[in-house]
Order: sequence, then C-alpha cells, then structure tokens
Amino acid sequence: MAENLLEVRDLTITPSGADAAVLHDVSLNLEPGERVGLIGESGSGKSLTAQSVMGLLPEELHAEGRVHLQGHHGNLLEANEKTLASLRSDIVSMVFQEPMSALNPLMRIGDQIAEVLRIHGKIPRAQIPARVKELLEDVRMPDPDSARFAYPHQMSGGQRQRVMLAIALANSPKLLICDEPTTALDVTVQRHMLDLIAERVSAVEAGLLFITHDLAVVAGVCDRVIVMYRGRIVETGTVTEIFTDPQHEYTRGLLASSDLEATDGNGRLFTLKTALAYTGPQTSAGEDTPDPVGTETVEADDPAGGNIAVDDVGEAASARDSAPLIEVADVTRVFKGRGLFGRRRSDVTALDGIDFSVAAGERLGIVGESGSGKSTLLGILSGLDRPTTGHVRVGDIRVEAASSRSLRALRENLQIVFQDPFASLDPRMRVADIVAEPLIAAGVEKDERIARVEEMLEAVDLDARSLRRYPHQFSGGQRQRISIARALVTRPQILVADEPVSALDVSVRAQVLNLLTDLVEDYALTLLFVSHDLGVVQHLCSQIIVMKDGRIVESGATEDIYANPRQEYTRRLIAATPSLTDALGASG
Amino acid sequence: MSQTPTGATDPRDDVAVDAATARARGPATSSRQSLRLNASMIIGTCFVTLIVGLALVSFIWTPYAPSEIDPVARLQSASLAHPFGTDKFGRDTLTWVMFGARITLLVGVVAVGIALLIGTPIGIIAALFAKQSWGIWIDAVIMRANDILLAFPALLLAIIFAAVFSPGTGPAMIAVGIAAIPGFARVARSGTLQVLGSEYVRAARASNRRVSAIAVVHVLPNIAGMVIVQASVAFAISVLAEAGLSFLGLGTQAPVPSWGRMLQESQQFLSTHPELALWPGMFIALAVLGFNLLGDGLRDRFDPKMEARRG
Repeated sequence: MAENLLEVRDLTITPSGADAAVLHDVSLNLEPGERVGLIGESGSGKSLTAQSVMGLLPEELHAEGRVHLQGHHGNLLEANEKTLASLRSDIVSMVFQEPMSALNPLMRIGDQIAEVLRIHGKIPRAQIPARVKELLEDVRMPDPDSARFAYPHQMSGGQRQRVMLAIALANSPKLLICDEPTTALDVTVQRHMLDLIAERVSAVEAGLLFITHDLAVVAGVCDRVIVMYRGRIVETGTVTEIFTDPQHEYTRGLLASSDLEATDGNGRLFTLKTALAYTGPQTSAGEDTPDPVGTETVEADDPAGGNIAVDDVGEAASARDSAPLIEVADVTRVFKGRGLFGRRRSDVTALDGIDFSVAAGERLGIVGESGSGKSTLLGILSGLDRPTTGHVRVGDIRVEAASSRSLRALRENLQIVFQDPFASLDPRMRVADIVAEPLIAAGVEKDERIARVEEMLEAVDLDARSLRRYPHQFSGGQRQRISIARALVTRPQILVADEPVSALDVSVRAQVLNLLTDLVEDYALTLLFVSHDLGVVQHLCSQIIVMKDGRIVESGATEDIYANPRQEYTRRLIAATPSLTDALGASG
Repeated sequence: MSQTPTGATDPRDDVAVDAATARARGPATSSRQSLRLNASMIIGTCFVTLIVGLALVSFIWTPYAPSEIDPVARLQSASLAHPFGTDKFGRDTLTWVMFGARITLLVGVVAVGIALLIGTPIGIIAALFAKQSWGIWIDAVIMRANDILLAFPALLLAIIFAAVFSPGTGPAMIAVGIAAIPGFARVARSGTLQVLGSEYVRAARASNRRVSAIAVVHVLPNIAGMVIVQASVAFAISVLAEAGLSFLGLGTQAPVPSWGRMLQESQQFLSTHPELALWPGMFIALAVLGFNLLGDGLRDRFDPKMEARRG
C-alpha cells in the first residue's frame, strides 16, 4: 500500500495565552497525486492547517498533533527550521493569495525563479536560465523570453500569479498548496488560472491542497473536498458527493449560498439559514423554478423579506418618471500623463465614448474586468471626478459643469457603498459617528441624527449596541452592513454599489446581496451595481452594461444578455463565471 | 481586546458566523498586542517616569536649597549628607540634578509643543494642497521651505537666537522648537497623504464632508500615532540640544540649575572629581534614552502594518 503523501493527525492549534483552540483535532490525508479542496470561510482554520504543513505558523500559535509528509521521517511540527527549509519547494510548496505582496518588487521575475532553483541546487548553474524559460513557458506566460526581465509591477495580477505558480513548481514538489490563489483575480483570469493549476499539477504528478471559500471554484480542480467550519472538519467527500448529497448542515448552507442562480420563494438568494429549502444545483440548464415546498419553509424563516412583491416597486417608480434619472452622453475621461520635472508620460484613456441612461427605479449592473473603467465612471457619476468631454446628468444636475454647491446636492442624492469593507470605514471612529457622517454634512440636528442612525442600523440588522463599537470589532459582512447604513442614512434616490461583495466570503455574500435587494425595494432606490462577476449582477439587476477598455461593448436587459450575448467578450465573461451547475457538469 | 461582536438583533446566520470568526481571531490578536508592550516601551517608560518624578519632587522637597553654599564641604564625594557629593562651592549635586530635571522637561515640553503645533498643521495643509491638481506647487513651496529649515542645524539657529536676543532658556527653547518643525511637518504630510488616499476619506467626500471636516475628523485621529512617536523622539533631541546649549553657555544661565551647566562647571575637575560630570551626564543619557525607547515602543504599537486589518 502506498504511503500517504500527507498525513495530519489530531492537529490542534491554540494561541498562546488563550484557552480555546482555534483548530480542533484536524485529521486529513492526501494520497500521492491526489487533489483535495479545503473549503471554509475566513477564520475557519483552513489557512492555519496549510501553514502548519509548511512550518509557517506564527510563533504565538501553539500546535499539537502530528503532521507527516512523505520523504521526511518524524513529525513536521517538531522539525527545526533547517529541515523545514529543505522540505519546502522540494517536497511541498505554496502559492499565496496576493501575488503582488508575495513577490519581491525589486527583483526581476526571472531572478526570483532562478533563486529557488539555485538555493535547492538540483540543477547545474549553467542550465538555470534555460530552466527558467521552460518554467515560464509551462505556466503559459506570454513571451517568456522577455518576461524574465520584467519586474512584478509591470505584470497583471494573473501574470504575477503565473510567476508564483512557476516558482512553486520550480523544483517539482510532491505537494502544492494553493491558498486562495484566485480570490484576488478577475473572473475571466480566475478561470484560466484554475485550468492552469490543474494542468500543471497533473503534469508534474504532484498532490494539490487547494484552499478556498468558494465551492464553485473547487469543483473543476479537485477530486475530493474537505469542509472546515469553526476550526473543525465537518465533512469530507468526493466532489460529486459533496455537491449532490451534502451531509452536514453547514456544507448544505455553503452550497446553497454559492448558487447565485437559485432563489427561494421570495426571489431571495439562499443563505445558511434558508438552505434547508435548497434543492441542489439545477443540473438541467436554464430551469431554476424554486421548489414549492421550499417556499413555505422560507416564509416561516424569514419574515422580513416576504412583504413586498418583487418587482412592484421598481415598475411603479419607472412609470412615475418617464425621463431617465441618470443620463450619460459620450463621456470620455483622459488622465494626463504628468511626470516629474515635466517629463511626459503617455495619456491614459480610462473612458471612451460612454453612453447610457438609467430610469428612476431601474437596477443597472455594470460589469467588466479590472481596468475597464468602471471605477472611473463611478467617480464621475458621484461628482468625485469630472469627465474630460461629454455630458453627465444626474437628476437635474449637470455634473460636468456643476458648481461645488450643486455637486453637494448631487452627493446627497447619490450614495456609494465601497468595495473593501475594511478600508472604507475609518478605524478610529465609532459606528455611530461613521453612520452619522453624511447627516452631519447635511446639517441635520443632533437629536434627529441619533434617531435616524439607530433606525438605519436596525434596517441593516445591526443592534443598538453596535453604535458604541469600532469597525475592527466587526467582521467583513457586518462592516459592509455598516457601510450600507452610512450610504442610505440620508435617504438618497440613487445607490451606487462598487463591488460590495467581492471582498466577502460566499456565505456572507448571499446575505449582503439579499439585504441590498430588500433595501432597494423598501426605499425605492435606483441601483447602480458594479462588479466583475456576472453571476452576482445577474441576480440583482434588470439591466446590464458590459465594459471593456473604457468602452461599453454590450448593454441590454439581463435575460437577453445571458440568453444570447452578442459579443465574444461577454460570452467569455459568462463562461468564466464560476457556477455550481457547470462545475458539477465538469466533474461528473 | 477585540470583543465578540454581537451586533445582530435577529440571529441572521452571517452574523453568527462572523461572531465565530472574530472569536477565533480574538485571542491571537490580543496576545500579539500584549507582546507589543515590549521591553523598550517598559524601560523607556521607567526612565521617563524617573525624570518626571525627580522634577515633581523638587517642587516639594530637595535635600538643600540649590544656591546653598557650604565652603567647608566643597568637592566632597558621595556621603550620607550628600548622596551625590558636592561641587566646587559645596552645593549639593543631588539637589542640582533634581532642579535640572525641571529645566530639561520644561525645554522638552515647550520645544516639542512649538514644533508639534506648527509642524503638524503645516504638514496636513501641504498634503491637502498636494491632492489638488492646482495646488501641487503650493505643496512644493511649503515642503521645500521645510527642507531648507531641515538643513539648518539646530545649534546654529540657537546661537543666532542667543546673539540676537540675550542667551537664556527661552530663546534656546524656541530655537530648538523651530528646528524640530520640519520633522513634524514631514511626518504629518506623509501620514495625511496616506489617509487622504484611503477609501474612508473617499466615502466621507462622497457623503459631502468638507475638506476642513475631513482633516479634523479623519486625518488627525489617524495620524496621531505617528505624530506622538515623532514627539517622543523630538523630545529626546531637544533634551540633548538644551544640554549642549547650556554647556556652551548659550542656554540656561546662572543661577538656574541645569544639567548642561553642571557638565560645563565639572570640566575643570574631570581628572580629580569625575563624579561631578558623571551625575548630570548620566541623567542626560537616561532622559534621551528613555524618550527614544518610548518612541520606539510607541512606533511598534502604532505600526501601520499591525494596524492594518486588525480584528
């Protein structure tokens, strides 16, 4: 019988000075060449497990148990740094989440790959440059000859992650650990990266431990899935088993909230709570009518959602107001290249001939990869930036020529929810002050301010105790609720959401999307929702604009775009969106 | 440190999961925090407390009056009556060290106060202009003027002040304070630029806050850490500068006791009575070391890398 590639037995990790373990009795094993997905949300202990295999645990964490790796006798947890260093890269190596911070910004990437080869000395020095080129070719780096001499900042996120993969596989390790390697990437790049990882791992016959919070990602890459929850392994099984017949309640919830195509009886996404009604990914394509039994369960569970019929408010609003609320005509934005000491850099055209309009009450999704000009467009719409040419009208304010006073009026009417819930809240302000900020700016009296802040926090399901706390005491999902509360406290007509869920775990994502849906209906908002993920937009928006390189390549009703995308680019975006249905189809 | 957030009225599941996440993270964070209260901070605090204690006690009690001359007991070594010995006029060294601590702290507080109150706003204002496309040159002018001041030695400035006004504690403090302005301006500017580039400032602008309000509400609290670190380092520098000036006779004048003057007076007895130089020298070193260590400790505590994504 073949020895297991990796064996972890009863791994328990306790922070020094704390009683409670953050990882409880984790046991798992990998056979040689096996590909295993480790799934869980942030804080579930999946990264800690991987770090203990690499011997990279932070010092203040105390680990107990056994970690055994093929090719090394004895417990890895007790091994000294020198032993570990020789194991890394030769037997086990790792691809990290953030390729920009994992690469040395001052070293050419060819040198960084060569460094790994040199340190481990398996290859004669003279052959190193040839091997570097070969590795870059293997990870399908465009133009590997010149890529060797590039610095990390000259590459895109996807290319950097390719370099990371090349480094990790340089010495043909037996086990590759990937820690959320695609979370920081756009969906289209993510698809390529996943295929590449799967291909390279089987090419060098390595085992794979793939860590992610997104079930849809793991299906195409892995044979087996391990689900972790609160520091424990709750379920293990093959991909098909986990996807079609999840045993643990949490797995079912995760599965349900990953599925952006299925909705419950109220048109809401499934969450961990309502997952009971979830019937699994719809294997027959295009059919996503909810289970009637599920509807009843859900209504009992979720009293907040069921009051208003889904589309009534939106339609009423658009009927009331025939002229579009937002009009964007032929807008371009050029960033002047201005170097130090008058040295000219080439101009960058971020937006080029953008044309669209949004009726009151409409829900518009703006989709595109990073660098497509989405954020610049948002900046212009919210009056934080001005177009170089073209006209923008929001309500009755012409943004391109607006005085600072009418810009203030515009901002009162249009509020933004930002992407990163960790960066968009001032760490030194209490929640009450954060949410009250737009009211202070609007000159609202103190008593009324407090009342409205409390009311708003209640609307986003945070209780009054939250008022006195600071942002770092909340998790991502809660912070995004605070951010939404701040945006809506002045009762704007228009809500702009800039990738509000792309920094969140899948299970929390569904919650926040449902909350947004509820609020958009309750407050009769016009919604502009920006995302790189078509799956998210599809659920929430009635109209979609697809952007690429500062231009609109396609626009129309959501269903139309989905049913028959006219542009190649849109087709690629749709194909790249991780969906449970496709994933299951691919694996089964 | 980070409490378990219980922010939900209704047990929505993401909140429950979030709470578990935060709990899992909590202990690790707090243990790192306690490690942050590191040795340099503790030692620094001890030294600074000692100096401040000496100065405070000198207001209530000293072994002798500072000007009490005792020709019989001149140039004595340490004894029960004079624990630190006496100088050439028979004045008690311990008394002088205690009184000297007052001047040292006074100079530090006033000099740092001047630098902080002038330098920080300069830095913030420069950064605010730097963010406007039309204001870059204003920022450039402010910061280049700042650089010129930075290139000007503090001692030279103090000597000029002493020449223009009469030599004394006051001009010395002001000169040292002015010389410390550029440090604060630079720290405040870089901190402000960082804060202004953050998404929460974008959010504040999107919700209509005025620039002045953003500077007070968002920028100040977020750069306070860096400014405090700068203050403790500047404090150490001004202690040293004052001692140097007094030693040269350009700072504190007789008959006010100061450590720099004690050093200067001990010069002629260095070979016969080295302890006369030892005591003031040691306390100057303690003060400088104390404030520097405190600054180091505070810097670790306020390290933006530790700050990022905490909790």
